[in-house]
Amino acid sequence: MTPMIAVKDLSKTFVLHLQGSTRLPVFDAVSFEVAAGECLALVGPSGAGKSTLLRSLYGNYRPDGGSLAVRHEGGAVDLMTAEPRTVLTLRRRTIGHVSQFLRVIPRVATLDVVAEPAIALGEAPESARARAAALLERLNIAPGMHGLAPATFSGGEQQRVNVARGFLVDYPVLLLDEPTASLDTANRDVVVDLILEARARGAAVVGIFHDAAVRDRVADRCFDLSAFRTAA
Amino acid sequence: MSAPLLQVEALGHRFGRIVACRDIAFAMHAGEVLGIVGESGSGKTTLLNCLAGRLAPTCGRVLYDMRVKGSTDLYALSEPERRLLMRTDLGFVTQNPRDALRMGISAGGNVGERLMVNGARHYGAIRDSAADWLGRVELDPGRMDDRPGTYSGGMQQRLQIAKTLVVKPRLVFMDEPTGGLDVSVQARLLDLLRGLVRELGLSAVIVTHDLAVARLLADRLMVMRAGEVVEQGLTDQVLDDPHHPYTQLLVSSVLQP
Ligand SMILES: Nc1ncnc2c1ncn2[C@@H]1O[C@H](COP(=O)(O)OP(=O)(O)OP(=O)(O)O)[C@@H](O)[C@H]1O
Ligand SMILES: Nc1ncnc2c1ncn2[C@@H]1O[C@H](COP(=O)(O)OP(=O)(O)OP(=O)(O)O)[C@@H](O)[C@H]1O
Ligand SMILES: [Mg+2]
Ligand SMILES: [Mg+2]
Repeated sequence: MTPMIAVKDLSKTFVLHLQGSTRLPVFDAVSFEVAAGECLALVGPSGAGKSTLLRSLYGNYRPDGGSLAVRHEGGAVDLMTAEPRTVLTLRRRTIGHVSQFLRVIPRVATLDVVAEPAIALGEAPESARARAAALLERLNIAPGMHGLAPATFSGGEQQRVNVARGFLVDYPVLLLDEPTASLDTANRDVVVDLILEARARGAAVVGIFHDAAVRDRVADRCFDLSAFRTAA
Repeated sequence: MSAPLLQVEALGHRFGRIVACRDIAFAMHAGEVLGIVGESGSGKTTLLNCLAGRLAPTCGRVLYDMRVKGSTDLYALSEPERRLLMRTDLGFVTQNPRDALRMGISAGGNVGERLMVNGARHYGAIRDSAADWLGRVELDPGRMDDRPGTYSGGMQQRLQIAKTLVVKPRLVFMDEPTGGLDVSVQARLLDLLRGLVRELGLSAVIVTHDLAVARLLADRLMVMRAGEVVEQGLTDQVLDDPHHPYTQLLVSSVLQP
């Protein structure tokens, strides 16, 4: 079966020009594949490059070498060489991303933050908002909060808004950066269920899960990035 | 795949001995919003004027996908042809709304006039359309007979936006559209622009020195320095993983770009 994600010989070094052009090698020669319905957990100590790799899979960071192929509408798109608008199309239709922290859009209500990706895909706003409200409630964000901008929410609340936004559309590929990090047990269980449901419908998931118990429940393989560190 | 709406080839412009911009090349497709950031004097306004048909570049070409003729060099058109194209297809929003508004006629007149120039004749329909656009930019249509001089700076800027968009241009150029306004007024204008860009599926080139504005409005970003584009890519790529020393400096100079 063709994988949903195929990473080959990927390498990334940050060059910090403002700090004497310090080179910060993060990883080198990373290769792996993820099939539909699978969940791969990225592991390794803090600073190993887990978020860097995940962001690269979203086309947010630009690695220096290798390829990053994602299946998209029957073909494969290499994010390393894709045009900006192709990357945007993939983000709209194929790749969902729950970042480590919610980047709030100023003055936009929570319900609209969550519903936006579905509306951008052509769903009627009323229907997208209704589904967004239901998902938020499932994540224990009370209806009274839906009309507020999430800027003033607590860390755990913002994270649940972020999770809701990432799960409202049934993306074929899901990238999750610590989706349960600041959540209590009850909310963590909801997120675990959402991930398992996504896998059951065939999503390929790549995630970073600090919590080993969560990782054991959602992931079927681990990929240890500390083995791919290059010397400076 | 459709042809690009705008294609820029080896474009450069000099004012006498000053090279304002050089070696600019990129393509833009319908529905894209391109942001241009860079330090003062880096050639952003000069480039924007060249792209918008307002300033003939010293070298290079600006190809625009015309509705009938297809891809055409803006500056190979005759002067009347280019003027017509600029009135119907291209919109321009300046930093200072007073440069674009006619202060001697009413707010509604400023908006309606654009429709008349493009051939609209039915007075009632023009007035309705003007009132509708004033409402869309959150100006009270009840004040459409007031002169722009009685409006605040933020209101004048919204009026300029209404005047620009009423003729439904395919491509809009904006030079620091939120510059020169109070922070709170800027925020409202930004919300409005963000909404309009999405609702209308606008294609736009927006010059700004504010990275947060770029992040909010632009899909793609070009970073200029000393007349050259030093880095370009998806807006979040350029801001989150900047490669060029100057971009790193820009990004590191603000709290949360
Ligand atoms: N935008 C950036 N610019 C420069 N360096 C960066 C950038 N993003 C990450 N890094 C560096 O890359 C390395 C890997 O960071 P990354 O965030 O990927 O680690 P991580 O494995 O996710 O760690 P954690 O578990 O703490 O989240 C770190 O040294 C970090 O400082
Ligand atoms: N009409 C002109 N005559 C002569 N020189 C000009 C003219 N317009 C601009 N320049 C010069 O060209 C260079 C680029 O100017 P431009 O206005 O394009 O910069 P900018 O990036 O828009 O700057 P800012 O952010 O300050 O608006 C500057 O050195 C400027 O002095
Ligand atoms: Mg991380
Ligand atoms: Mg300027």
